[in-house]
Amino acid sequence: MAEQALRKAPLGGFHGGSAAAHVTAAGPATRLSLRAGADAVPALSKALGLTLPQKPKTSASANGRHALWLGPDEWLLIDESSADLAALAAKADVLHSAVDVSHRNTAVLVAGERAAEAIASGSPHDLSPKVFPVGACARTVLGKIEVVIFRTGEQEYRVECWRSFAPYAFALLAEGAEDAGL
Amino acid sequence: MLLIHCPYCEEERSELEFRHGGDAHIARPTNIADISDEEFEAFFFLRDNPKGLIFERWRHVHGCGRFFNAARDTVSDKFFASYKAGEPKPDIPGVSPATEKTVETYEATEGTAK
Repeated sequence: MAEQALRKAPLGGFHGGSAAAHVTAAGPATRLSLRAGADAVPALSKALGLTLPQKPKTSASANGRHALWLGPDEWLLIDESSADLAALAAKADVLHSAVDVSHRNTAVLVAGERAAEAIASGSPHDLSPKVFPVGACARTVLGKIEVVIFRTGEQEYRVECWRSFAPYAFALLAEGAEDAGL
Repeated sequence: MLLIHCPYCEEERSELEFRHGGDAHIARPTNIADISDEEFEAFFFLRDNPKGLIFERWRHVHGCGRFFNAARDTVSDKFFASYKAGEPKPDIPGVSPATEKTVETYEATEGTAK
């Protein structure tokens, strides 16, 4: 009998893509859904160690931590070093709502020279560099599900989706990557 | 596919990200408990369904999540303008709002309803 519960990655063992667009599962990360008014932004930025972006579709990154603008008073925070983001936000003594969604979301990384085409196979969002430069992020749709697309590099994208939708998102992106590589 | 301008995201996005939210600029009566059934019916259920210009609420549900208002032509589906919730109706140059004549009722098009 198992003596301890083992964490099972939602996309463990998944692999796919093509030479032109690699599709891989992202490593574990902590995530925070943060809602706050404009007056609380300076204090929260200080507590979280990065400046919360206020312009649409922009993000801020510092030391493996990313703050993604999702709406006028809504951010998705991702920390790849597993910091307790909710505890950090709680240190800011201002009105805000912080919900730990680390295990609600998972992410698929799409990289390669045709990565944008792989994502565009299922998403209507414009990923051209003019309107979606490195660091841009947006909540949009991918096939039948809602995702957050974050451009981490010229040819690298992080697609955040809900955990139970992860196999669907991965399969769709892998299919798109195969087509993009033809 | 329609492209709808979201005033919060400040760009045009695919209609797949949006959800329709009914007529805009419908003020809830402040004395809701005192009004008659007929007045409540008019506020709650009765809509004009005009042919032409209409002001509607839309929600960028798979984007920023915000409600906003938009002016649309119900015939051509053309979006004339979109603006943030709470802002007044904008003037749409060259487009006049629907009148009694352009509102098609069953009585007007099919004869008397009996």
